[in-house]
Order: sequence, then structure tokens, then C-alpha cells
Amino acid sequence: MSDTASPRTRSAAWLTLPSLLLFAVMLLTPLSLTLMLSFNEYDAARGATGGFTLSHYAAIVSDGYYLEIFLRTLRIGLITTLLCVVIGVPEAYILSRMAAPWRSVFLMIVLTPLLVSVVVRTFGWSMLLGIEGPVNMLFQAIGIGKTRMLYTEGAVITALVHVMLPFMVIPVWTALQKLDPQVEQAALSFGASRLTAIVRVVLPQIMPGILSGGLIVFGLAASSFAIPGLLGGRRLKMVATTVYDQYLHELNWPMGAAIAVILLIANLIVMLTCHRVVERQYRRRLG
Amino acid sequence: MPFLELDALSKHYGPVKAVDDVSLSVEQGEFISLLGPSGCGKTTTLQMIAGFVDATAGRIRLQGRDITHAPANSRGLGIVFQSYALFPHMTVADNVAFGLEMQKVERAERARRVEQALALVHLDAHAGRYPRELSGGQRQRVALARAIVIRPPLLLLDEPLSNLDAKLREAMQFELRTIQQQVGTTTIMVTHDQAEAFSVSDRVVVMQSGRITQIDTPYEVYEHPASEFISRFVGKTNLLPPATDGGPQRHVRPEKLMLKPAGQGRADATIVDRFFLGSQWLYHLESPLGPMVVVQVNDGSPAHPPGTAVALDWDDAILRTLPEGGR
Repeated sequence: MSDTASPRTRSAAWLTLPSLLLFAVMLLTPLSLTLMLSFNEYDAARGATGGFTLSHYAAIVSDGYYLEIFLRTLRIGLITTLLCVVIGVPEAYILSRMAAPWRSVFLMIVLTPLLVSVVVRTFGWSMLLGIEGPVNMLFQAIGIGKTRMLYTEGAVITALVHVMLPFMVIPVWTALQKLDPQVEQAALSFGASRLTAIVRVVLPQIMPGILSGGLIVFGLAASSFAIPGLLGGRRLKMVATTVYDQYLHELNWPMGAAIAVILLIANLIVMLTCHRVVERQYRRRLG
Repeated sequence: MPFLELDALSKHYGPVKAVDDVSLSVEQGEFISLLGPSGCGKTTTLQMIAGFVDATAGRIRLQGRDITHAPANSRGLGIVFQSYALFPHMTVADNVAFGLEMQKVERAERARRVEQALALVHLDAHAGRYPRELSGGQRQRVALARAIVIRPPLLLLDEPLSNLDAKLREAMQFELRTIQQQVGTTTIMVTHDQAEAFSVSDRVVVMQSGRITQIDTPYEVYEHPASEFISRFVGKTNLLPPATDGGPQRHVRPEKLMLKPAGQGRADATIVDRFFLGSQWLYHLESPLGPMVVVQVNDGSPAHPPGTAVALDWDDAILRTLPEGGR
């Protein structure tokens, strides 16, 4: 057995080499450089000076300014994810129930935000939500009055949900494709209402899809840069925009690196926790 | 008043008549099979009874109540789906309890009835398992338990055994019949397998191109098929020339033909090929009447090798003629 297995294993190992190289060069190298940089000492006059210090991490943990940014990022990430679930799951369900020609048309429409450059799309939102924008004109027309929407968390979340929706719809849609349509019929035949059938029978089966969609959305939203940068403005900072500021405005590279490392670790913790929940809850039942 | 009545039931998809003018009366406690080749409309008929497909025309009455356009979830029928359609995220016990829960049966009563139903299908030891941990036959039993636990007036079985291997299928046929007789539920089964339909049903409804072509007991369908199509669909058959010129063609089933030594029968024949089926020998023969098929019980005596000259004999009483125009 092992005689036949080992050449196969060896060739499989060789086949993974290109992707391993790619990861090593493109991901691991900059990551380890960032990690090393985050422990460098910093001098306002001379920049990163080498040596080893934990002072940047200590500053982040003890300074309320950074805590607020991290909490805001977490909040925006969670709300974005939640809204994507609330909008994306029914959207995917309806999509999966559509007849043949319409389904692909609407799937394309769902994907359109991804086809537009992030800068163009975000400027579009800032024109829409601006103080003289069409949304405000509508508000005035129906008597709500002018509302400042730009440079608020609401604007950032709206734009994030818009672009993140496909990342929720697609995994949920894939999960729905795998369902046996007779299972939903079975629930109906045993007296369940449509809503009960969806809540008790469909939703639990597509939960892994919702969770993986949620992970992607949360990860992308929590580390998003262009949207909070353009729609959040100078005051409404998220972690990624803060890292940018530290690097390019404060020129405090070690501090920027330390913030980036903490963001990475926080994201990893969220993802691994969710992954473990999925493993434990659904491995045995759904395979 | 019949227990279940289909009255001129039809389902048209544009110009296609999937089910065309189907009328059927079913008595309480009967086991009825809808038998036919794929595309004959049997599954569509079942789905109209279940409420998943809306009838184009005609009526469905259950216990005198018109349910033709009633929503599926108000009919209270027990359905076993072809794919079983078990809830994969629920244990066996939760699957079976689902219908009772929807009927708001209280917890203690629910547990008691689930236990009873699982015992009936011999799965009491597997209550805590998930469907994917069960074999095909076990899943089939869960689907059956889930359908009968709600004590439905009508049990619908959609090709319930088609996903099982041959050995298991046969065992489940008998078990299905035994369980149906124990609980006494009126049952309608859809199948394309004549052996399955014959072994479990009180009556067989043969369908072809959306229409019913024969309703009879299994024995009658086999012995007196209403058309050559049915005759060939439910078994093998040999054509014999008419007794009189211009008379109807006559049919005889292969197991009713006898092989005699050459010259001692009513027609000479030569054995072309033979197939061993375990309990039987199947012979292909060439004769002046045309190619013939004969089945003989394997009684331990040696089989005739190919090339043997034999004679065919039969009793005129077992010859069948088919109704005129029966197609």
C-alpha cells in the first residue's frame, strides 16, 4: 500500500509547490516583515530605529483612542454582516426559486457591485448621500428636511453592505442548490406553514453557507479601507484607515504595523471561533 | 361513498396532457399501485393528491371532502418521497416527531407515538442517529415511520423502494405490506416495477400516456391484460397464430408453455439459448410459429443444452386473446 501511495503523495507535494511559493512570497514575507516592524523602536525624528520594544502594543492597549477605533471597526463589521444576512439570505432564497432565464439575469445584477471600481462606486455613494444629493432632495420633498449622512457610520455601513452582499448571496445560494427540494415539500406535507418550513427545515441546512458568507463579509468589512476612507472622512476612522494614517501621515511605521497585526489577530480569532462552531455543530449532521 | 375519489382528474402543461381524465375510486384500507412506464403520469397524479401540483380539471375527494385545490399543508396526508426527503439536520426521532409537532400533539404523547412508530419499523435503537449515519434501507424506514406516525387518512408512496438494492427491495416489499395491514391505512403507491406492484397491492392501476388503461387485481392484470402493451409491460409473452383465419392473435406466458421430447407436442422447436435464473431456466427457442420464450422451474433435472430439438405443448384453456383494438 505505502509503495503505491508514496509516489502519489510525492507528486501531490510537487504540485502544491507553485501555490506554496506564491503564498510564501506574496503573503508570508510581507506578514513577517510587518510583524518584525511592529516590535521596532520608533523615534519621531528618525523613524523606525530597529531594536525590540513592546511599547507600541502597550500604547494601543492602554490608549482609549485606539480602543474606540477597534470597537467602531468591530461594530461596523458586525452590523454590516448582520444586514448582509438579513438582506442576502432571503435574496438568495428568492434567487434559487426563480425560473431559468431570470435566475441568471438577477444573479448578474447581484454581482454588479463587484464589477465597478471601488473608487467609482464609493464616489457614487458620496454623491447620492451628499448634502445636495438626490437622497436629501427626496427627504426635503417629503418633509424630513436635510440630513447629514456623509461621514457617518450609516454611510459607511450602507456602502459596505452594498458591495459585500454578493459575498453573502453566493455561498448561501450554493448551499441552497444542494438542498433536496422534496425536503421542503416534506415539511409542508406534514402540516408546516411556509414560514415554519423555511425556519425549521431550510435555514438549519443552509446555516454553514450563512456562516461562511458571514465570515467573508465580516473579514472584508473589518479590514475595509477605501469605503471608510472616502465615506467616513477624517474623523470616522476604522482600523485600516488608521494603519494608513500611521504609515503615511504620522510616518510611525512600527505603530501602523502593530495595529495591523492586532487587526489580523482579532480577525483570525473571530474566524477560527466561527469555524469551530461550524465543525462541531454541522459536521456530524450535514457532512 | 368511496374513501378517495379521483373524478376526471387532468393536468395539462400547455399542449402536453401529463394526466388526462383519470377517474378512480379507492375503498378504505385498500393498497393501490399506480403502475406504468416513466412519463405515464403516475407521479403527477400522486402529486395532485398530495397537493404539490394543482389540477387543471377534475376533482379529488377524500372522505367526501373536496380537496382538489386545498394547500398541501392542510391535507394531513402521510407521504414517503422517492428521495425519502428526511430532514438531514434532525435526528431520527426528531424527523418522526416533526409531523406530530406541527399537529401540536403534546410532548409526552408525541414521545410515546414516535417510539411506537420506530418500533414498528424496527428502528427503535437508532432514534438518536442522524439520517446520514443510516443505510438506505434504514432511511426508507424512517421515512415510512415519519409518514404513518401522524395517522394520516391516506398514505402516499412515491417509488418508495426504487433506491434500494434488489435484495433489500424484496424484503421491504413484504415489510411494507405487513406494516400497511397492521396500521390499516389506505395507501397509494407509485411504481414502475410490476413485481413491486403485484406483490403488495390489492389493486393495480395501469397508466399509459396520462391515461388509465386498466384497473384490476394483480392476478387479473397479469392473466388478463387489457392490451398487448400491458401484457408486455407486466411480463414476457409469446404470440401464437389465430385459431381461425382472421381471428384474434393469441398470447401465452412463458411459464405456461411445456417442453416435450421432439415430435410429442403441438409444435416443433429448437433451443437457441438458455439462461440460468436460479429457481428457473429461461429458454429462447426457434419454432415455425416464430421465436418463443419458455420458463421452466429448476426441479433438479438437467437443463436442455442449446441445439436440442424439442416440442412445444400447451393447454388451450390458458391461451389469452387480447381485446380488439387494445393497444
